Amino acid sequence: MTTEETSSEVTTTGPTAGSPAGSPAPSRRSLIGWGGAGLALGAVAAGGTVAALRTGEDAVPIADSGAAVAFHGAHQAGIATAVQDRLHFAAFDVTTTDRAELVQLLKDWTAAAALMTAGRPVGEGAYGGLAEAPPDDTGEALGLKPSRLTLTIGFGASLFAKGRFGLDAKRPDALVDIEKFPGDNLDASRSGGDLCVQACADDPQVAVHAIRNLARIGMGKTAIRWSQLGFGKTSSTTPDAQTPRNMMGFKDGTRNIAGTDAPDLAKHVWVGEKDGAKDGSAWMTGGSYLMARRIRMHIETWDRTSLQEQEDVFGRDKGEGAPVGKAKERDEPFLKAMKPTAHVRLAHPDSNHGVKILRRGYSFTDGTDGLGRLDAGLFFLAYQRDVRKGFIPLQRSLARNDALNEYIQHVGSALFAVPPGVRDKGDWWGRALFS
Amino acid sequence: MRPVRLSVVVTAATAVAALTAVTGCAEKSDAKSGGSGAVQVTATDTACKVSKTELPAGHVQLAVENKGSKVTEVYLLFPDDRIVAERENIGPGLKQTVTAEVKAGSYEIACKPGMKGDGIRQKITVTGGGTTAKRDPKLDAAVAAYRKYAQEQADETIPKVKAFTDAVRAGDLEAAKKAFAPSRLGWERTEPVAESFGDIDPKTDVREDGLEAGQKWTGWHRLEKSLWQDKKIVAADKTLATQLDTDLADWQKRVGTAEITPTSMANGAKELLDEVATGKVTGEEDRYSHTDLSDFKGNVEGAQQAYELLKPIASKNDPALTAELDKQFAGLSKVLDKYRSDKTSYDFVSYDKVTKEQRKELSDAVNALAEPLSKLAAATVK
Repeated sequence: MTTEETSSEVTTTGPTAGSPAGSPAPSRRSLIGWGGAGLALGAVAAGGTVAALRTGEDAVPIADSGAAVAFHGAHQAGIATAVQDRLHFAAFDVTTTDRAELVQLLKDWTAAAALMTAGRPVGEGAYGGLAEAPPDDTGEALGLKPSRLTLTIGFGASLFAKGRFGLDAKRPDALVDIEKFPGDNLDASRSGGDLCVQACADDPQVAVHAIRNLARIGMGKTAIRWSQLGFGKTSSTTPDAQTPRNMMGFKDGTRNIAGTDAPDLAKHVWVGEKDGAKDGSAWMTGGSYLMARRIRMHIETWDRTSLQEQEDVFGRDKGEGAPVGKAKERDEPFLKAMKPTAHVRLAHPDSNHGVKILRRGYSFTDGTDGLGRLDAGLFFLAYQRDVRKGFIPLQRSLARNDALNEYIQHVGSALFAVPPGVRDKGDWWGRALFS
Repeated sequence: MRPVRLSVVVTAATAVAALTAVTGCAEKSDAKSGGSGAVQVTATDTACKVSKTELPAGHVQLAVENKGSKVTEVYLLFPDDRIVAERENIGPGLKQTVTAEVKAGSYEIACKPGMKGDGIRQKITVTGGGTTAKRDPKLDAAVAAYRKYAQEQADETIPKVKAFTDAVRAGDLEAAKKAFAPSRLGWERTEPVAESFGDIDPKTDVREDGLEAGQKWTGWHRLEKSLWQDKKIVAADKTLATQLDTDLADWQKRVGTAEITPTSMANGAKELLDEVATGKVTGEEDRYSHTDLSDFKGNVEGAQQAYELLKPIASKNDPALTAELDKQFAGLSKVLDKYRSDKTSYDFVSYDKVTKEQRKELSDAVNALAEPLSKLAAATVK
């Protein structure tokens, strides 16, 4: 398996880096990312539509992986943002029954997220406060760069249940209860959740620090239901960079939606203005839907599989990643040359009425399973405008026919409505939903 | 934050100086009778007369004479009731001497005719020999009240432990099992005080996995293993039972000397929740008997007691915090109540019957309380 350090090649995927507008002073860490002002201008200029939406901020470069990604914007960062190397994803149960408390928590989380993504500690910091009190920040990210940390929040269907927070009328139709697909072996304790936070960063400690501190701030209001670490990205949203490989050794995400492809993002990822007009979910405009699946791979049996079968299963060759019968990874696939059960053929937009999803998954290895086998696989994350037109029909087809099913099992599942971005300092996660 | 912080540092520093610089000791009366510099303490059944109430810092001698009809005790106490020096069992007509090295500050002499209660108090002032520690009477009162609570818990525990150890010595397996959890409650409520002595907890409450190489396993959990896992009481267990009595009698005797500060009270409350989070929620504490929820309840009650005593002070400094703590104490108690049918009883559901999901709910409720509780110390001394 190769893990390419693609971050240095990343130049222009929309979000511009920098400290939130009105920040009192640049942090120690964001200063590190201010190395090249020339690069900064280039990044903004090339950032196109997405970058243009992020106004009122000082432009600073994202070119090196230590930089900060802007927290404020029309869309939440962490979706079209160039995929970072590491993930810590957490799903939360809301334990309070008090709507006002939940709203306050979302505001507190937003403030903490703005600080952490800028490379600052939360609250009054990790040291130097009252000796009798535990520090506000847990401290393990001190001295680390912002590492392009993004924090992305989502709301699960259970949050909208009648009698909880008065949100039932605002539940989008698209936030469906996900059906059980053939072969699913879902563990309830690894599925669902009222809230989720996706933390992505190029430094794993920065991602873990972010989730840990949000969880701590949430205690008494929320409790972590499950969480997942991802050690390596399996899809990139930067087509110019080398495509990362998944735990099966194959390049993954060759045809992913690019973070700079504004028309595709608008068509397949961002919820449009009219999407929620009928079902009371206008608050989702500019947001997206996040499908998370924990996909366990039967690593050992896969490793014993012949190269020919491995390549047949995917429909690409293992070395280059070229589609069957083609020479180069990015050559247009000829689907009929592939086996009818080949993964790429079944997942291709042409086999799915042109449907595209933005994949942002990570490989995971949670040690071994007690039988000496790697507890490893793909933590699948995909953003889309409507799962009823995206993931669901796609997975129906894959669950029925995909040759890959012999080597994988879906063991966790959760769908979240990801609201639009936090516009500015006065805005907060979920404001449109709760207002 | 800065000015606040500075004042805290000053307060904390002077408090520590006052608490650590003084050592107390008691001598037998035949060693040296009270000389001219001594404070004459005349104890009767209804009075505690002292010959002077102001004395210089340094070596202090109390020449005690019991002129009453009851056996008495005499204590020299800090304002928070921590014992500087003491003399017990002074029979009618007897003389004893109590000596101590004291720094400047306020103290009390207490005579306890019949060796019961708070005693008859006399305030004394020690002057010179360094700066007088500034003390907050409200904080001293809170510490004194907590010390009293800790002492009551120890006093009430001793007979419950005896019921347990008597059953072990009688070889009565069922009676011993029944008496096990109740014998631990008072200890669990005030565990940080017991742990502050250092040497008692390893003898009475250590678990098998907590043993150091060469350490003999004694105490409650060794007996717990015999009763529930070995399902028999052997001769060695009866010896262990008697040792448990002895070790806990030591605890009971030393509660009065424990160094307790408002900060240590608040941190002790948090530590009790830590005990719950790391030992009880996981079922490790009472792994053979599965009586973890009784210990759990004891820890929470003890934490709440410390909190309630500090609340009048903390609520002035941080009303939002105390409101949150009130709510979360109530929340955790409510979750715990699901596991007992009678809210006045400590007879809880066996922890091996508590499901993984239920344990998570308990764990979440503990986190919800422990996180704000970790801020109590700062809110108390601010």
